[in-house]
Amino acid sequence: MRTGKPRSLAEHAPLIYPALMLLVFFVIPFGIMLAVSFFQRVQGGFYEPSFTLDNYGRFLSAFFGNVLGFSLGLSALAAVICVGLAFPFTYLLTRLARRRQIAWLVFLLSVLSLSEVIVGFAWSTLLSRSAGISNLLVAVGLMAEPVSWSPGFAALLIGMCYLAFPYTVLLLYPSLVRLDRELVEAAMTMGASPLRAFFTVVVGAARNAILSGLILAFVFTLGIYLLPQLLGRPQHWTISVMITDQTIYQSNLPFGAAMAIFLMLVSLALIGLTLLLGRQKAAG
Amino acid sequence: MSAAWSIRLFMGAVGLVLAAPLLVIGGVALNEGRVLHFPPRGFSLQWFVDIWRDAGWFDALINSLSVATLSACLAVSIALPLAYFLWRWRVRYAAALYTLGTAPFVLPPVISALGFLAFWATAGLYGDYLTVVVSHAIFFVTLPMVTISLGFQSIDRGLVEAAATMGATPRQVFRTIVFPLVRPYIVSGFAFAFVLSLNEYIVAYMVAGFTVETLPIKIFNSLRYGYTPVMAAVAVVFVLVALLVFGLIARFGDLPRLLGALQGQEK
Amino acid sequence: MSELQLQSVTKRFGGVTAVDGVDLTVPQGRFVCLLGPSGCGKTTLLRMIAGLEAPSAGKLVLDGEDITEQPAHMRGFGMVFQSLALFPHLTVAENVAYALAIRGTDKARQRRRVEELLELIQLPDIADRQISQLSGGQRQRVAIARALAVDPRLFLLDEPLSALDAKLREALQVELRLLQRRLGVTTILVTHDQREAMTMADTIVVMDQGRVQQAGSPLEIYCRPANAFVADFIGTSNLLKGTARGGGRVELPGGTLAVPTAPDSGPVTLSIRPENLHLAAAGAGGENRLTGEVVFVRDIGQTVETHVACAGQRLVAVAIVEGEPPFAPGDAVSLELPAAQIAVFPG
Repeated sequence: MRTGKPRSLAEHAPLIYPALMLLVFFVIPFGIMLAVSFFQRVQGGFYEPSFTLDNYGRFLSAFFGNVLGFSLGLSALAAVICVGLAFPFTYLLTRLARRRQIAWLVFLLSVLSLSEVIVGFAWSTLLSRSAGISNLLVAVGLMAEPVSWSPGFAALLIGMCYLAFPYTVLLLYPSLVRLDRELVEAAMTMGASPLRAFFTVVVGAARNAILSGLILAFVFTLGIYLLPQLLGRPQHWTISVMITDQTIYQSNLPFGAAMAIFLMLVSLALIGLTLLLGRQKAAG
Repeated sequence: MSAAWSIRLFMGAVGLVLAAPLLVIGGVALNEGRVLHFPPRGFSLQWFVDIWRDAGWFDALINSLSVATLSACLAVSIALPLAYFLWRWRVRYAAALYTLGTAPFVLPPVISALGFLAFWATAGLYGDYLTVVVSHAIFFVTLPMVTISLGFQSIDRGLVEAAATMGATPRQVFRTIVFPLVRPYIVSGFAFAFVLSLNEYIVAYMVAGFTVETLPIKIFNSLRYGYTPVMAAVAVVFVLVALLVFGLIARFGDLPRLLGALQGQEK
Repeated sequence: MSELQLQSVTKRFGGVTAVDGVDLTVPQGRFVCLLGPSGCGKTTLLRMIAGLEAPSAGKLVLDGEDITEQPAHMRGFGMVFQSLALFPHLTVAENVAYALAIRGTDKARQRRRVEELLELIQLPDIADRQISQLSGGQRQRVAIARALAVDPRLFLLDEPLSALDAKLREALQVELRLLQRRLGVTTILVTHDQREAMTMADTIVVMDQGRVQQAGSPLEIYCRPANAFVADFIGTSNLLKGTARGGGRVELPGGTLAVPTAPDSGPVTLSIRPENLHLAAAGAGGENRLTGEVVFVRDIGQTVETHVACAGQRLVAVAIVEGEPPFAPGDAVSLELPAAQIAVFPG
């Protein structure tokens, strides 16, 4: 509303309370977590102040290397599938009449807000032998007898994509909704088929949106922590599960904190990359 | 097959996959037996009634609703002055604070959850009811912050100036012009934070999982340790609440606009 | 209703000087138009008068009282914004009564005043409508009524009619002028449309690059422009660059003209209105003539505009012609520039 700088304390007053809240309840917790990640664990579920890199050193073990590699691979795969499906879907969504768009958005938001617990339960049922989709396939004669697909890698991947899909659509929505309709129309007047126009013009114009969508979907799926326990086997546990497991069940907060800090750095680096992409887009 | 039909088929298939878990939950919740069969047998509202009759489930419901309400209020109370300040003055440190406020929503949730755990454990409050409320408020502060900021940005500065030329003091301008125009965005921000808090698991679990049982925690425990269709009934209630809330936002607010900006801020 | 004085009012934004030492007196009850191209500083000047921007230097004095430091909400002015700035969440009546409500006027008096004002703008039946239900012209009038609600000491308008189509704009210009005369309120209107300024103003203040170029009645400004910018900006003018040679003679690329008001030496710019430029067939004799070739003829019904190339410059002559235009492209013509109609500016 007004340019310039606030001078008096009274003008700063509105900022004091939010700043204090964020400082005390967000910055300080992160500081504590960072400190704890260098602490020494002692028997009995406690830890004592010290400065050790042991917690970070444990990443180097083959076991955690495998977990990390699996987590990154799984998230990358889920992100690619999600964006691959969400991109054409979102594009088509933005071409719908406003009322239908809104109906879809309400539906997507409702799916987005579903708790991981509920999603995990629903998919484990859907993929189960007793009440799952395979029964449906048997009923229409496509399969001989019902089978169980859960737990398993495929079940986990489906669940992750399901969780990330509405999120990805909502990430892509703003850039696609602003995409000039006439771009595609122009391509079509120049002889491109609708499908060709989509791939050459829409995908090209939304290149940066796709890339940031991929990255943010990747970060989002990295954070999924319940599905691997509900839809996967122990070898499918991801780093997020490990963090929870170490902290709560193994009572090793220092190691959990070290992993969380590491995960945060990876996420921040990736988010920084999308910011950079966004700036490039603004400049270009 | 024409292009229009293949588009409809694709959208329909996506819609079906997205809806499938909801159908399952609905099926389990309305199924008469304790175990879901295919095809389902019998129909009963028994499990919905049990939410109220079973003290464990009822307490969890009350916990969840009260945590969601209080934390959404708290989140709005943090977001509103910050968004106002950012709109009123363009200063770097307020913008930095805004970015800080978006962090918990963008980072993998387990990180914030662990931070909260470390904090409350150090403060000696681990397991307290209020820790869940405060943690959720900070965890979801992004949502009201983004929507309310958007509300402020959408106010034509001419309106404020017009009110001033007509004799309104800055305080009167805020009360008569700014606040009424921002109100729908405050309500939206509250609603987003409320619905997501209802469904949140990891933060609640980490800071008070063994003392304050919210519904998602209760559902997870029942999945692990004692399956009951009541959990599906609860899930159905949640889905209905979400549909209702987002439907209301769509009805009384500009949903496409709200969502269009959500990302612009996040990126 | 009052007299406003601006004393060397200046506004700088960073390194840019938007308004540069403006001195101006707006007498009681006058209708003053600030006229100029976009970016000339007219809107910034109006916003400083309203109290929405603080001057970097200079003073604003209203009836002998220094109001430079007074915040906008204490000034008691009425202002119509370019965007109109009608409050979308309030009804027409609530918009119009806003200034009264702020002052704590009782409801009954608010209602009476709203009725009066809506009567004044000839829209008596729209009190309970939402702003979104109004047409462009109706919104315009509501914004005007709202600004007049508390008998403002100054009535300020920032390009209030620019969003309307030509016909409606002209109708509202006349209406606004009549309304102002009836109320006798001291009024300042910002516009970039010279026709609008000519129609409404008692005094036109022509601005460019943050400075007042000329202030005067519409006729004065049209007939006796103070400099080449005003001559060019108000109406159209033919501007000819030349050199003064003394004895009232000015040398141009296409010949020499007798201009008694010219200085003795140095570069000058001559300005003459298209309607004062007379065309004749080539070879016609007489004082102050140049020759040229017709390049374009535009017949606009009542008048004919003839473009003539004359020693590398293009001159435009406008004349009322009955029947067919007398000249066609390619014709050689003789142009008469009556000395009495030529304005001379240095440079």
